[in-house]
Amino acid sequence: MAVATQDIQTRDKQEVQSKAEQTTPGRVFSPLVDIFEDDQALTIVADMPGVHSDNVRIDLQEDILTLTGVPSLSAPDNEEFVLQEFEIGKYFRQFTLSEVIDQANIKANLNNGVLRVTLPKIGPAKPRKVQITES
Amino acid sequence: MLIRRVKSWPFENQLNGISELDRLRRDFSRFLTTPEGQVGLDSPAGVYPFLNVTQDQDNFYIRSEIPGMTMDELDVSVTGRNVTVSGERSIPTEDQQVRYHRREREAGKFRRQFNLPTDIESDRVQAKYRHGMLMIVLPKAESSKPRKISINS
Repeated sequence: MAVATQDIQTRDKQEVQSKAEQTTPGRVFSPLVDIFEDDQALTIVADMPGVHSDNVRIDLQEDILTLTGVPSLSAPDNEEFVLQEFEIGKYFRQFTLSEVIDQANIKANLNNGVLRVTLPKIGPAKPRKVQITES
Repeated sequence: MLIRRVKSWPFENQLNGISELDRLRRDFSRFLTTPEGQVGLDSPAGVYPFLNVTQDQDNFYIRSEIPGMTMDELDVSVTGRNVTVSGERSIPTEDQQVRYHRREREAGKFRRQFNLPTDIESDRVQAKYRHGMLMIVLPKAESSKPRKISINS
């Protein structure tokens, strides 16, 4: 386990600055992530509090990995706010992958609002040598 | 009162919730606040975790996003009108072999206090932790509930 002694600092949710316009109402936030890799796989760990596993989408197209999470509704309408410090919104973040990923073996796990996606690499990405023949 | 003052501003767009102005105000208020409870202040504290506090006729509800914890690592205590949420978030260390590209998630201790505007029944307080969200239900004390008084002619 990690040694954690210092206090956690507050950080405002980072809103996604999207070029494309949203077609659903509500705000979109960028989840905080840890990304690391070893020889076998690339792993992305993302904080998505309030999201059930049914509402997570992981999409890999070409070399773009998209993570989307929709949290369940925050407060029923009949409750009035005494204090509001954060907003509930969709989570969205995209990554460009530089490795070739074994798509069939991508594993994802959601535990207490933390999404962990393991993307296994397909062998070492060897640069292919092209033989040039003289005629 | 702990009502968001911004709400009464005519140009506040309710749909947008926390406006840009509100965010500015919050950033500013961080210079002025202490980690202690926010007595009579309507500005959010710059203390982790952020809280959303709502009420209906019978209860107060405190919701907070604290991902990646377990029930044992979270501590909720109630004294009078004061609610304290504390704990320690640890992020398990990965294999020594891994190379990090990004490390945005944070581990560490936290402690947040909040003072409710009215008395509550502290022995009936319930706390739930699911999907990284903490939810505390605090029943209002009978004496602090609004009472309808019938008027006799």
